[in-house]
Amino acid sequence: MTINEIQDRIIREMIEFEDWMDKYDYLISAGRQLKPIDSSLKNDDNLIGGCQSKVWLEAERKNNKVRFFADSEALITKGILSLLLRIMDNQTPDEIKNADLYFIEETGLQSHLSPVRANGLGAIVKQMKNYFD
Amino acid sequence: MSADMIDIKAVRSDFPALNQKVYGKDLIYLDNAATTHKPLSVMDRLVDFYSTINSNVHRGSHYLSTEASIAYEGARESVRKFINAARPDEIIFTGGTTESINLAASSFGRAFVKEGDRILTTLMEHHSNIVPWQRLCGEKGAELKVIPIDDGGNLKIDEFKELITKKTKLVAFTYVSSVLGTVNPVREISRIAHENDIPVLVDGAQAPQHLPVDVRNLDCDFFAFSGHKVYAGTGIGVLYGKKRWLDAMEPYQSGGGMITSVSFESTSYEETPLKFEAGTGNIAGALGLESAIEYLNKIGIEKIAAYEKSLTEYALKKLQEVEGIRIYGSSKERCGVISFNLKGVHHHDLGTVLDKLGIAVRTGKLCAEPLMEYYGISGTVRVSFALYNTKKEVDTLIEGIEKARHVLQAG
Repeated sequence: MTINEIQDRIIREMIEFEDWMDKYDYLISAGRQLKPIDSSLKNDDNLIGGCQSKVWLEAERKNNKVRFFADSEALITKGILSLLLRIMDNQTPDEIKNADLYFIEETGLQSHLSPVRANGLGAIVKQMKNYFD
Repeated sequence: MSADMIDIKAVRSDFPALNQKVYGKDLIYLDNAATTHKPLSVMDRLVDFYSTINSNVHRGSHYLSTEASIAYEGARESVRKFINAARPDEIIFTGGTTESINLAASSFGRAFVKEGDRILTTLMEHHSNIVPWQRLCGEKGAELKVIPIDDGGNLKIDEFKELITKKTKLVAFTYVSSVLGTVNPVREISRIAHENDIPVLVDGAQAPQHLPVDVRNLDCDFFAFSGHKVYAGTGIGVLYGKKRWLDAMEPYQSGGGMITSVSFESTSYEETPLKFEAGTGNIAGALGLESAIEYLNKIGIEKIAAYEKSLTEYALKKLQEVEGIRIYGSSKERCGVISFNLKGVHHHDLGTVLDKLGIAVRTGKLCAEPLMEYYGISGTVRVSFALYNTKKEVDTLIEGIEKARHVLQAG
C-alpha cells in the first residue's frame, strides 16, 4: 500500500473513537505490537533528541526500500512509533522523503499531544525523512 | 488547631481556574509545586494597579509615581513580615527563585569566592540551586561538593560536617525538596555552617506556601522564593539576605534605578535593596505578591500547614496501597509533594493517561537529574498539593492511577 493509503486507513480507524481514552487505548495496543529492537541498537547514535521519553530509531536500505526499527521507553510513544512505522516502513527513500503525514493532524494527534510531545514527534518524522537523504 | 477549620468550598470559589473542565472532565490540579493557581484577590490587584496608580517607582516627581512607590515599598514590608526578616532593605524583588539564586551566586561569588574555595550543595537540589553554583565554581576555579542523602531522602548531616573545610564559602540547600518532599533541618544546618563561619543560602521555592517561614529563627543568610508558587503571579520573586552580606556584595545587573550618580569615569550605587534592582521591576507582580500573602495570612499559614499535612498523609496512605508503586522519599518531616513510579509503567505514559482523565501531574526528571541518577530512574510522576486540594481529589487520583495501571501494565 502507498503511504497515503495507509494513512487513510489509520484515520478511519482512529476517528471512530469519540473519547480520547479510547484513542489512547488504541495507541497503547499499537505500542504493544511494536516489535522490540535489539538492545545493541539502543545506543546514543540512534537516540532522537527532543523527546520527553527516550526514542531510538534505526534504518537500513534493502532493494531500494527502507526498513525502520524503532523503540521507546514509553508505551504511548511506542504506539505513535508503531503508526509511523506502519506508514513509512518498507517504502522507497523518495516516497519517505516526500511524504505528507496529514494523518497526524486529521486523527487529532497533533492537538492532543503536548507541544513538547508534538515536537518530539516532529523530530522523529524529520529523522525518518533525513535518514537516506 | 483543627485541620477542618479551612472552609474548603469557600477557598475553592476564590480560585476561578479550579472550576473548569479539561477533556470534558473536572480539572484536578495536582501540579502545585510547579505553580499554584491564583485567587481572585491577586488578579484584582493587578487590574487595580494598571487601572489606577500605574507608573514607574522611585523615579517620578508626580502623584502616580509617589503612590506606586509607596505601594511597592508597602509590598516589600509585607514580604518582610511574611518571612520575619529584620529589615525591609533585606528584601530584594527578583523575577523568581532562579533569578534570586543567580543573583546570590553572581554577587556573593564576585565578592567572596576565589580559586581553590569550596561551595556545598546537596544531592536533592533543583537544577536552579546547582547550575548557578557550578558556573560560579567553573569561573573561579572553585569546587562544588555535594552533601549526600540516605535512601529515605534525608541529608546525611555527618557527611555534611566532613565536607566543611576552611575554604568552604557557602552552603546552598533546599528547605523542602521538590521531588521527595523532605523538609530539611535548616536551623541545624545553619548552626553547623555558622560554627565554621560559613553563610547558608536556602532555596525556599517549596516552603512558604506550606509552612511558616521565619528567616531569623532559621538563621539563614539568604532565602529565595517565588511568587507564583505562593499563589501570586509569575515573574516576581524574592531574595532575602542579611544586611551585612548584602552590603558587602556587588550589584547583580546594572542600569537605571540602582545608582546614586553616574559619570563616564565612575558610578556610585544605591544602598541595598535598590542596588540589586536595576531597571524597572515587576511592580504589579510585587503588589500581587502582597495580596497573595494577605490571602495566606487571612486563612492562616499554620492552618494551611495542618490541613495540607492531613491531606498529604491521606494521599501517602492511599498511594501506598496501589500495587507495584514505589514512592521516593520517606522522611518523617515532609510536605507538599509525593513522587512515585509504578512497576512496569513509564512515568510519561502514566502522566498522559491521568491528563486525559483531567488530573494534572508532573512527570519526568523534575529538574533534578542528579537525584534521578541516584535513584537510577529516568523520571517520576509527582503529585503536589495546595491549600485548595481535597481528599476527594486524592480518591479520584487513586482511581485514575488504578485505571492507568490496568491500561498500561504489561500482561
